[in-house]
Amino acid sequence: MPQTVFAPWDDPKETPLIRFEGVTKRFGDFTAIDNVSVDIFAREFFALLGPSGCGKTTLMRMLGGFETPTEGKIWLGGQDIGRTPPNKRPVNMMFQSYALFPHLSVWENIAFGLRRERLDKDKIAARVEEMLRLTRLQRFAKRKPHQISGGQRQRVALARSLAKAPKLLLLDEPLGALDAKLRQDTQFELVDIQEKTGTTFVIVTHDQEEAMTVATRVAVMDEGRIVQISTPDKIYEEPQSVYVADFIGDVNIIEGTASATGPETYAITWGEGRPPLIAQSQRSFSEGQACSLAIRPEKVAIHAQEPEALNRVRGKILDIAYLGNLSTYHVELAGGQIVKAQEANTRRIARRSFTWEDEVWLSWSDTAGVLLAE
Amino acid sequence: MRRLSLFNVTSLSLGFAFLYLPMIILVIYSFNASKLVTVWAGFSTRWYGELLSNEAFLDAAWVTIRVAVMSSTVATVLGTMAAWVLIRMGRFPGRTLFSGMVYAPLVMPEVITGLSLLLLFIGIGLDRGVLTIVLAHTTFSMCYVSVVVSSRLASFDQSLEEAALDLGCTQWQAFRLVTLPIIAPAVISGWLLAFTLSLDDLVIASFTAGPSATTLPIKIFSSIRLGVSPEINALSTIMIGIVAVGVVIASLATKRSVLRQRADEHAAARAD
Repeated sequence: MPQTVFAPWDDPKETPLIRFEGVTKRFGDFTAIDNVSVDIFAREFFALLGPSGCGKTTLMRMLGGFETPTEGKIWLGGQDIGRTPPNKRPVNMMFQSYALFPHLSVWENIAFGLRRERLDKDKIAARVEEMLRLTRLQRFAKRKPHQISGGQRQRVALARSLAKAPKLLLLDEPLGALDAKLRQDTQFELVDIQEKTGTTFVIVTHDQEEAMTVATRVAVMDEGRIVQISTPDKIYEEPQSVYVADFIGDVNIIEGTASATGPETYAITWGEGRPPLIAQSQRSFSEGQACSLAIRPEKVAIHAQEPEALNRVRGKILDIAYLGNLSTYHVELAGGQIVKAQEANTRRIARRSFTWEDEVWLSWSDTAGVLLAE
Repeated sequence: MRRLSLFNVTSLSLGFAFLYLPMIILVIYSFNASKLVTVWAGFSTRWYGELLSNEAFLDAAWVTIRVAVMSSTVATVLGTMAAWVLIRMGRFPGRTLFSGMVYAPLVMPEVITGLSLLLLFIGIGLDRGVLTIVLAHTTFSMCYVSVVVSSRLASFDQSLEEAALDLGCTQWQAFRLVTLPIIAPAVISGWLLAFTLSLDDLVIASFTAGPSATTLPIKIFSSIRLGVSPEINALSTIMIGIVAVGVVIASLATKRSVLRQRADEHAAARAD
């Protein structure tokens, strides 16, 4: 039986839960969001990724109702919510600072939103208990926010924002305040809770690893625009611009000029006296067009002797970054360019075959890199 | 513990003498049996008794307390509102002017404030009495409240209010259910500040008080001109007593909250 893949964005019959339609937001002269159009589907875990100041938080705050778009429309379930105040939309937000009410207990914090709906006491109690169970906080129900740890606070914030069963949950850098180990566990917990509740999540983050771990799709933003929306694997393997390739993970960028040598195959000239590099590309380039070849370090192999490979370059090891499980070799080529190659440390460090100042060969296949125009 | 050197002891006793000697003399003489203020004639509580039967003083005390309660309450409401607008509404046209104007009475000479209020009350034909003193005290004490409250609001995490809106509150509900409980200590200390300012104000009250209403400071000041009476000493001792009790209660409350906070931090550490 074929497994159905969750990909509503590929299904033209699917209607999106949220639709940004040419949304622009200006603060005075500054354009924070520049004509953004994007569809987000129900049950998605959608990540807005970008460096600080790229507009990702503004975009999220417009979904929450804390900013109104200067131009364009925001649709939520077929309704224009551009000017609906935050308390009138079926959207809840988990704040970066968690924004837990310090004068209320964990229980009262979670019940806060439910009480505003004037529900029955029993119903509120039942819902709060359910949320406490979901986030494993039963033991701390009576504590005040400053009486619990950072990780527990994060879970209270999540429980509080999920209590009203919103159509859409916004998470603003939800794991920013946690330490690395706790962060990893919490990422998986978030995905788990998202799947259990079936809520649509939109997360804002500047941490690409976090976005890749949790999201069904990632939107990479730069200066108020979305530069690419794709699934995490496609963002990583098939970036559409040097900016995206560079922002997501580690990458070697080799600049040159392209000339076609066959169907979807190009030779890249990248400096006098060097053999051209061969790369396959579905994107077409004209003769002599400037291009950038982006290759991930883990797709570059390192050898002591000249290998039998389509693309091979010679250089000297300048630096070795030892990361425990991996080592990244910074290899300086003849022209001064540095290419990074990554190898898994399958042997003990004492047995490592390369060291500083070694002359080595680097190689990669014609499908290892992505040829980019910009 | 470090030993007390001669120098330390001297400076300590000089400092305390400077602060408290006048008050100690006043308290001692309030228990003087003699009618002459400077001649000691044995211990007596007679002046306290006479004070209780002096209707003019009791009336003035009652007026003072009523004025202080009313003016500090109104000043707290207005001052908190002003602080909220100045901190929360961001940059609106005229914000700098407005904030400057809110704080100006802090540095304005009281004589000028008093005189201008007097002219205003005469101008609009308002008879001077309790009402005019309350209005005058509200005017000058609300800026103190707004300074205290706005410094608390400035460090207040604005996302708390946004979270309240996000969870379904209206602006007013968010203020009442989230902001106000959190800034309550600042609002209360603002109220206490306004209350004390009103209690001991002489200058502005003497401009705006009328024959129908005299406050205690005015009463004390005017009776001093006829010579210091032991009754005044007794009255002042009572006031010192009230203030001392207030200070002790406040410091005990602070100490308790510090202890509780420490216990909470322990609990949080254990929760990790």
